Amino acid sequence: MQIAHRLLDRILPTVTMPARYTGGEWNSVVKDWDAAQVRLVLAYPDVYQVGMSNLGLMILYDVVNRQPGFLAERAYAPWVDMETAMRQAGIPLYSLESRHPLREFDVLGFTLPYELNFSNVLNMLDLAGLPVLAAERGENWPLVIGGGVGAVNAEPLADFFDAFAIGDGEEVILEILNACAQAKKSGAGKPELLRALAGIPGVYVPGLYQVMYRDDGTVAAVTPAAPEASPRIVRRIVPQLPPPPVDLVVPYVKAVHDRGMVEIARGCTAGCRFCQAGMVYRPLRERSLPEVLAAVEAVVRRTGYEEIALVSLNSASHPQIEEMVRELIARYSHPPLAVSLPSLRVDTFSVRLAELFQGRRKTGLTFAPEAGSQRLRDVINKQVTEEDLLSTAEAAFAGGWQRIKLYFMIGLPTETLDDVAAIVELVQEVQAVGRRYHGRRAQVNVSVATFIPKPHTPFQWSPLVGEDDLAARLSLLRRGIKGRGVKLSWHAPQTSLLEAALARGDRRLGRVIRHAWQYGARFDAWPEHFDLEVWRRAFAAEGLDADWYARRERSFAEVLPWDHIENGVSKSFLWEEYRRALRSETTPDCRLGCVGCGLAETLGCEGAG
Amino acid sequence: MMRMNRQRLRITFARGEAIKYISHLDLARAWERAFRRAGVPLAYSQGFNPRPKMAFAAALPVGYTATAEMVDILLEKPLAPLDLARRLAVALPPGLQVVSIEEVDLKLPALQSQVRAAEYRVNVVWTGDRADLEARIAALLAASTLPRERVRKGRRRQYDLRPLVEDLKLEDGGVGGYRLWMRLRHGAGGTARPENVLDALGLADVPFSVERTGLRV
Repeated sequence: MQIAHRLLDRILPTVTMPARYTGGEWNSVVKDWDAAQVRLVLAYPDVYQVGMSNLGLMILYDVVNRQPGFLAERAYAPWVDMETAMRQAGIPLYSLESRHPLREFDVLGFTLPYELNFSNVLNMLDLAGLPVLAAERGENWPLVIGGGVGAVNAEPLADFFDAFAIGDGEEVILEILNACAQAKKSGAGKPELLRALAGIPGVYVPGLYQVMYRDDGTVAAVTPAAPEASPRIVRRIVPQLPPPPVDLVVPYVKAVHDRGMVEIARGCTAGCRFCQAGMVYRPLRERSLPEVLAAVEAVVRRTGYEEIALVSLNSASHPQIEEMVRELIARYSHPPLAVSLPSLRVDTFSVRLAELFQGRRKTGLTFAPEAGSQRLRDVINKQVTEEDLLSTAEAAFAGGWQRIKLYFMIGLPTETLDDVAAIVELVQEVQAVGRRYHGRRAQVNVSVATFIPKPHTPFQWSPLVGEDDLAARLSLLRRGIKGRGVKLSWHAPQTSLLEAALARGDRRLGRVIRHAWQYGARFDAWPEHFDLEVWRRAFAAEGLDADWYARRERSFAEVLPWDHIENGVSKSFLWEEYRRALRSETTPDCRLGCVGCGLAETLGCEGAG
Repeated sequence: MMRMNRQRLRITFARGEAIKYISHLDLARAWERAFRRAGVPLAYSQGFNPRPKMAFAAALPVGYTATAEMVDILLEKPLAPLDLARRLAVALPPGLQVVSIEEVDLKLPALQSQVRAAEYRVNVVWTGDRADLEARIAALLAASTLPRERVRKGRRRQYDLRPLVEDLKLEDGGVGGYRLWMRLRHGAGGTARPENVLDALGLADVPFSVERTGLRV
């Protein structure tokens, strides 16, 4: 039964930004509830403004709603004031489109963007009135599934989900819903449905696997416990990107990225060793210039957005990017359309591109050298030289920009204080260039994040930097980067331990997540809500050690908890890349020639050979 | 040169239940995007960050519905009001509706500066006695001053509510309570909100809903 407006009218006037909870946005799709064979609610474990900026969810919303028999609606994590109001009023978590309680849907599909949202997943299940543990939900619908980049190591969430979809979701989501339609029609029970799902390539049903541990706490083996469960779950890839969604839902409330999005490419060839997205979205698939232009045209006409982002992991590397930007600026001069590229390379070509799309606005440019010294940039395979950065900065300042933002990471493998000192020097050099053009008005903003080793990357064996080392490095940066014309900001280092532990965790962490949620953890990605003490207690309650998960160097021989998830890039390639990293040897961009990551043999890659 | 062709149109519109919780800024953005979808040739400001030439008569508080809000738009090329209405009909989101469109003189002062009063229909969910409520209303209207206090930006401020209440009466109808109608001053001379009046009537903690039914210019 739908939640009545009358009920919501009692609580909405008392909460912040109530329009986050009322739906009705332009392009939102309200289908006939009773006519749908299978009803899916796409859930995002963070607040509306963050979730509405997620392209993945929007793609699935579009794909599913195009199917006559299926219906997809949306739900986001209510902010804490709304959660309190809902619990007091006895209102369960409901979908924005039809205001049906989530538990009345057939399938609840979570997008899992990253580890610090995990406690919100549990909280949303609970707000929906569902037991958080899959085993306790028994025969009842909805089926709870997860996907997105967080699913590449889903082990810590295994207790809570019925199934995960690994990789590109466009095709597999429909196969899953078809299986659900079959099960509903035939009256098959959940065990039968789960076995059917396990037979779909790319679908991981954690309940059909058994995990054994060694005495030292590491995983001994993950073995299938049913004939349908395959020993390895192979990531799904759509060989060619299907047409991008153009009827994007336009929020009333300002989203974090309040703009239209057109994905111009998926995958990346650069091979940065720290980058999980760069490894798990391979191979590179690009949209052609005409396809992008047509998509932008349709998005503008059907959404009314005044800004369009050309989304990819490496937008400036699209072979037709310059033409693309030129054409868009020329076509949409009146009314003006702002074009943005979320990822620029450190080179003068990128500055020239920015000249095109920022026009006279010149709000600021962001570049990511990631590491301060050449040696360390070689270690992480970030193919940028000091000369590149300085000439890029020169071009930007000379082009009229007064403000440049630089992204760095600290805690990278093999990093020493010398490498961190090199960040300070580099920033000073960039600032000196800025001064030559703009004097005291030149501004260099430096943003520093802690490196978190992630699964399916060459650094998946590498330990998270120690707390004392991290403090020493930050303090060096704080001493070195201060005064007029420079600003240093850093992401809360205290969440690093949790993120690192969960990222490379095993199934035993499920109980830890459940304790933490019961102790009050939610919105861990929000500094004002994150409480490390809660998590420490949760780890302690299970006799587990977050440091053991995050800061232990792993050996090649160790069975990693996610080894049964076949990403396509081979483990031996990742290991070889790790060894090369430790020797400061770079590996070229695979656009220039196949580097043998294994994808060509496993899942196929057109660029290879 | 191009400016010769410019045209100023005044749109009167309604905001329904579906989007009553959006803020004034959200509402302005929703209109801007609707104009883009409708292909309306809005004039834009010059400069690095061009803004459409749109001016609302008054900000509509979060939670209020409305039946006769106003926005002035400046067009780069003239458009027949009927044509604009037709284009907007398929581009406006649910909850926004055009009531009427008229052309106004380009030289008229800004719409916002012309508003001097606003009318509201207020439903209160209250089971008290009708005669009692009528007496409270009569007392309020009979008073020569109504000193009240409000907190704005963390500062307490004294003000007189009485001159801001131009009219107040109890209407027939009302679901689970009573229906009030009021005309309150709005603009440079001071602004009162229906909540202030409910407060003064001793109905501070009573559930209510507000519909703004008109702006007096």
